[in-house]
Amino acid sequence: MLAPIGLEHFLVLSGALFSIGLYGALAKKNAVVVLMSIELMFNAVNVAVVAFSRYIAPATTAQLPDTARFLLTGQVFAVFVITVAAAEVALGLALVLAIYRLRATVHVTEMNLMKQ
Amino acid sequence: MSEAAAWLVLFLPLASFLIISLVIRPFFNRYSQWAGYLTILAIGGALVLSLMALKATTGHEGPIGWDPHSWITVGSFNLRLGIYMNSLTAIMLVVVSGVSLMVQVYSQGYMKGDPGYARYFAFMSLFTASMLGLVLASNVVMLYAFWELVGLCSYLLIGFWYHRPAAAAAAKKAFIVTRLGDFGFLLAILYLFFHQGAIAGQGLNSLEIPDIYRAVQTGLLGTAVLTWLGLGIFAGAVGKSAQFPLHVWLPDAMEGPTPVSALIHAATMVAAGVFLVARFFPIFEAAPATLRLVAVIGGATAVFAATMGMVMNDIKRVVAYSTISQLGYMMLGLGVAGLAVAREGHVTAEVARAAVAIGIFHLFNHAFFKALLFLGSGSVNHATGTVDMRLMGGLRKVMPWTYITFVIAGLSLAGVWPLAGFWSKDEILAVALKEQPVLFALALLTVFMTAFYIFRVVFLTFCGEYRGGAPGEHGHDAHAHGKPHESPPVMVVPMVILSVLAVISGFWNVNGAFSVFMGEGQTKGFFEGFFGILAHPLPWIAMIVAGLGIFLAYLMYGSKRISAERMGERFKPIYTLFYRKYYFDELYENLFVRRSLVNGLFAGFQKFDTNVVDGAVNGLANVTVATGKGVRRWQTGQLQLYGLFMGIGIVVIVLVLLFAG
Repeated sequence: MLAPIGLEHFLVLSGALFSIGLYGALAKKNAVVVLMSIELMFNAVNVAVVAFSRYIAPATTAQLPDTARFLLTGQVFAVFVITVAAAEVALGLALVLAIYRLRATVHVTEMNLMKQ
Repeated sequence: MSEAAAWLVLFLPLASFLIISLVIRPFFNRYSQWAGYLTILAIGGALVLSLMALKATTGHEGPIGWDPHSWITVGSFNLRLGIYMNSLTAIMLVVVSGVSLMVQVYSQGYMKGDPGYARYFAFMSLFTASMLGLVLASNVVMLYAFWELVGLCSYLLIGFWYHRPAAAAAAKKAFIVTRLGDFGFLLAILYLFFHQGAIAGQGLNSLEIPDIYRAVQTGLLGTAVLTWLGLGIFAGAVGKSAQFPLHVWLPDAMEGPTPVSALIHAATMVAAGVFLVARFFPIFEAAPATLRLVAVIGGATAVFAATMGMVMNDIKRVVAYSTISQLGYMMLGLGVAGLAVAREGHVTAEVARAAVAIGIFHLFNHAFFKALLFLGSGSVNHATGTVDMRLMGGLRKVMPWTYITFVIAGLSLAGVWPLAGFWSKDEILAVALKEQPVLFALALLTVFMTAFYIFRVVFLTFCGEYRGGAPGEHGHDAHAHGKPHESPPVMVVPMVILSVLAVISGFWNVNGAFSVFMGEGQTKGFFEGFFGILAHPLPWIAMIVAGLGIFLAYLMYGSKRISAERMGERFKPIYTLFYRKYYFDELYENLFVRRSLVNGLFAGFQKFDTNVVDGAVNGLANVTVATGKGVRRWQTGQLQLYGLFMGIGIVVIVLVLLFAG
């Protein structure tokens, strides 16, 4: 019999997503892929936040129905993260575009103007 | 004579120095004649007090004892300042202040209008004060301090016209060369200091001159100790008195103003070496080996310097070599007289003083006629604007006073009866003949050469036709010259006074009075001494030898019967050797200064500096740079790499927390 889905499963998923995102952010040379990887890490965090909210957050009152019995702190936090991530991607993509126009490349290793 | 009066001898010129340098020169006109008048006044006062001291010591048995004043006391060590006044002190005081007074008066004319007028008189006052202090000192440390002060003044006055490179170089040379000798003197003082223990038990202080005398007489110090002491003291004397082999500085010192040469480098400071030997004569007497050295060095220097004096063309240099030669004579006199006395048996203070009298009597006479010779050459230099005798000649007619006084001084130097030089030279010759025939032969040879070179100067400068003086430029600053002329009275009067002294100063010992004054012997009738000396053969021999020298000079430079050029050609190697000063300058310059010091020691120091000192500093800097270069590779500027490190760091922290926490 399969065990019921618990907090651990969500955390493993979140950890896996975060690791993939981190790998992509560190290893990929294409700036667009790096941005996508960062997006992946944000979402891993969202998964973890929502899971913690669902399983650990203390109950407020027993009279409320199941769906409303828990505080929504984690979910609200996740919405904020999504908003910030959207803004970040908008900004990041704008920068990547500007750099591409200037230097005809999106390779992060070639964006070394200050080093020179 | 009170003690205060004795101290005043020293403090009058010192006050003059302080007033000129701290008040007159900065706040009043630096050409102010007051500087000169003040100096003359102060030194005149010192001369009066010196004559009082001379009177007080006459007939006074032993030194006039004044208790020294405590200056520094550290534990059992006590340094006391005081005055040691005996006949030697008094005679030196009179010589120093007397010649100094004449020179200061002369300088009023000679230095007129010089930009350094006030500075000149300030230095001259300081020099006179130091020299008087050196003579008065009762303590070896005090004596050494004044000894170095006269060296300093000599440096300042040789380099008085410091804008001339030759003068600046000569000043340095004089200071450094005499420093070599002074080092020996310093070692002797330290040696005395370390033998304090040997004589402290008797209540004696090894740094005080009267105590040293007592220690020597009572045999508290061994012969070996005294020999080393004598050698150290004599080293100081060799440096100051320009004896072989440290004679090289004195001829170059002629770059200074001529009155400076007359005072410092003829009459007083260079005689300080002779005075030093005389002052410590009991030490030399107790260690005869040192006396032999004094006599040999003196005799050798006398001949050696005279040979160089015969060929120089610079009038001042001839007189300078003459000074070295005569100082050698004094050393010879002290040495042989000391040996003669030492052989007679037990040495007492009285016996030592008799030997001192012979050397110091020549110092006394020499001071006057040599200062006069310098003032005469200064006068000639003043008139013609050059010191090169080849450009002079015929000055007898235009400068009669200079001519007459110069000839008197020359005859006195040559030792012609009855002038001053004759009497003291005769004593030295007599005692040398008795003691050591070889040294007597050297002394007699010197008499010949002395007469020759000084009359060579007379004939070249004053006889014949005038040969034009300074070509184009003028040797002595600030004087524009047309025709040569006699010097102003302010210069002539001191020369006349000195010429009188150059005649009569020797009469003091005609009847033995000087020796009696110095503490030994008895007087006889004046006329008996005056004419009686001609009954002996030795004075005749000396005078015939001197006469031959004068005659040869006349033949070569007066009547020109013997061509000086042809003589020079015939004896060219010897002439060149003399003229190039035996290559001593080159020897010292190349062997000691260049090879040993500059290329040896200093090059080693430089290697140490560049390799070790600089190496340490540069090495530290290089290590820092290399470390920076290495660490810099970590800073790639690649954000992803930094991220990787941060990730690794977090992983490590997490692992540590998990397993170690």
